[in-house]
Amino acid sequence: MKLFKTSAVFLALLLIFTASVALAGTLEDVRAKGFIQAGVNGDLFGFGKPDEKGVWRGLDVDTARAIAVAIFNDPNAVKFTPLTAKTRFTALQSGEIDVLTRNCTQTLGRDTALGLDFCQVNYYDGQGFLVPKKLGVKSAKELDGAAVCVLPGTTTELNVADFFRSNGMKMKPVVIENTAELAKAFFAGRCDCLTSDASQLAGTRAVAANPKDYIILPEIISKEPLAPAVRHGDNQWKDIVNYSVLAMINAEELGITSKNVDKMLKSKDPKIKRFLGVTAGNGKALGLDEKFAYNIIKKIGNYGEVFERNVGVNTPLGIERGLNALWTDGGLMYSPPFK
Amino acid sequence: MKGRMQPKQNEAPTRAPTTTVPFYNDPKKRAILFQIATLLMVGLLAFFLISNTLANLEKQSIATGIGFLQKESAFEIGESPIPYSAADTYGRALVVGFLNTLIVSFIGIVITIILGTLIGIARLSSNWLVSRSAAAYIEVLQDIPVLLQLFFWYAFFYNVLPSPRQALNPFMGVFLSNRGLVFAIPEAHPVHKYLVLALAIAGVAIYLMRRWARLRQARTGQPFPVLRVSVALTIGLPLLIWIFGGAPTAMNVPVLKGFNFVGGTNISPEFTALLLGLILYTAAYVAEVVRAGIQSVSKGQTEAAMSLGLRSSLVLNLVVLPQALRVIIPPLTSQMLNLTKNSSLAVAIGYPDFVSVAGTTINQTGQAIEGVALMMIVYLTLSLLTSAFMNWYNKKTALVER
Repeated sequence: MKLFKTSAVFLALLLIFTASVALAGTLEDVRAKGFIQAGVNGDLFGFGKPDEKGVWRGLDVDTARAIAVAIFNDPNAVKFTPLTAKTRFTALQSGEIDVLTRNCTQTLGRDTALGLDFCQVNYYDGQGFLVPKKLGVKSAKELDGAAVCVLPGTTTELNVADFFRSNGMKMKPVVIENTAELAKAFFAGRCDCLTSDASQLAGTRAVAANPKDYIILPEIISKEPLAPAVRHGDNQWKDIVNYSVLAMINAEELGITSKNVDKMLKSKDPKIKRFLGVTAGNGKALGLDEKFAYNIIKKIGNYGEVFERNVGVNTPLGIERGLNALWTDGGLMYSPPFK
Repeated sequence: MKGRMQPKQNEAPTRAPTTTVPFYNDPKKRAILFQIATLLMVGLLAFFLISNTLANLEKQSIATGIGFLQKESAFEIGESPIPYSAADTYGRALVVGFLNTLIVSFIGIVITIILGTLIGIARLSSNWLVSRSAAAYIEVLQDIPVLLQLFFWYAFFYNVLPSPRQALNPFMGVFLSNRGLVFAIPEAHPVHKYLVLALAIAGVAIYLMRRWARLRQARTGQPFPVLRVSVALTIGLPLLIWIFGGAPTAMNVPVLKGFNFVGGTNISPEFTALLLGLILYTAAYVAEVVRAGIQSVSKGQTEAAMSLGLRSSLVLNLVVLPQALRVIIPPLTSQMLNLTKNSSLAVAIGYPDFVSVAGTTINQTGQAIEGVALMMIVYLTLSLLTSAFMNWYNKKTALVER
């Protein structure tokens, strides 16, 4: 909360005093600094949270690292700023961070009135409900009168109000800003259900004392395309973020992994040659090294590898690919050609 | 010199001596000039800042203005003293947040002053146990950050109390669970507004009676049982109206339906935790303020009062406290302001106060400048009103020297 106030006030001061907020030139700024500053969740297992050794892990973290690799060829050239749902946009608007990879839903309102631009979606999500098994609830439609734990400043807050309104049900929101505090209140029984994006619910359940006591209800009540965001108006920077994410998706589609990428350099396929920078062009167009895609795949991996490593079925989250499978496998992940 | 000047002025009294002094050497005119220049500079600065802000917002394509207040908020608020739903506007949502802040601050201030005064007096008690306990209370609660205390009380409520289905039921119609305290309230009845009226009439009557009793005591020396009559009036008058109104006894009793209680009224754990945390924390400071005030009254006053044969409670009420108030009120005002401002920590434990609602509003609309400005205006207004009231009260209690 303090951070929120600070960054809100900081933004206000910045907007009031600076002759003109730096709009273009994020790439130059980043190059001069030698690292990128990424806003991440900080408390969300599988997406953005430091592990027990203090190393940042997660799908969003890897997305930020991919951008750092594209620019510096160094997955550690990132400084992570943990942000709450409320502080995240202000931090980006005020220039405290260069890119926001914090499971943010792209919406029209945020894309326009907030002065942001969203890039390629890195996770297709939807909002659901987590309830204790002993409550005996089988469907979200049975939640009339429930106390609902929810994070403030999220699309979640609006979706759940819409869902209860459109079904003629009543709810009592319990709005706590800190993800960990909110989860504590929910596990202690302050609320009947916790609502959030399904991926977050899986992450929250994974850290419960006894994950088997909780179920995620079948209803998904919203579309939540989670995408990295940048400030509006810096097209080159947006392109870089965009194609860093797309490179991982394209690599999976082309069958390139972190393990076979060196072998793939010798491939005769012109698509792969262009993609890995063997045939020059893509890098220069973005203002990056010709090998940027190769570097990302080599150091971070393709989208499938990143997904399985952080949130896939073999992790405590155990999330199926579902909508996040490649388009060729019935999912939504689709990259435009790299040429 | 003097001798020469004198006749000159007498010779030409119509000619003002200032005419010979250029305006920039005239201190009065110069002062005005400086003030105009300063005003112009401040105005220009304000113009520059505002236009610059607007240009920057435009460049970043962030929406501006307070038009968003009319838009549908589309989010729910946990508790509200006025009817509110997600279909209402941001403006109404902010009003709800403001009222929530007002309620918790007002109740908090009233209870804090009472509790703080009691502890402050206890701190000076001649009873060893009482004064040591009060000292321990003050030292412990003053030294723990209020945010941690809030977390503690909130966690205490949701961890210790049972779920609604196993709610504690100490009396009929009262349920205590981790959803808060739910209790029965009288079913709405037309006689209720007359009850409020009766209470108001009783208040006015008590005020008049006290004045009359004071004047009479000053004139004749005869005391009047003000307290007993006041209590009788406050209880008796509404009771009479209630009986004449048909004595409606129907109660709106809460019942467990689905997951939660329906009916009755609910005091949430968030509200209780916030109120308790703020009161216990601020009362420690108020106790110290009260102690300092009492100790500022010289010992001779107490001794003089005792030698007149007054009981110790009368010594406190008639001699010491009235004089101590002069010292107590200014720092007490600042503690009241602190409590109001600290209530914005509600965000951390989920009580929908003004900062919480305004924060959500900023996040949904992206209009940080307007939102932060609103927050500042609200807290500034609350603080100034409190100060104004306390200054008035301070003047009233100031020692009138005769």
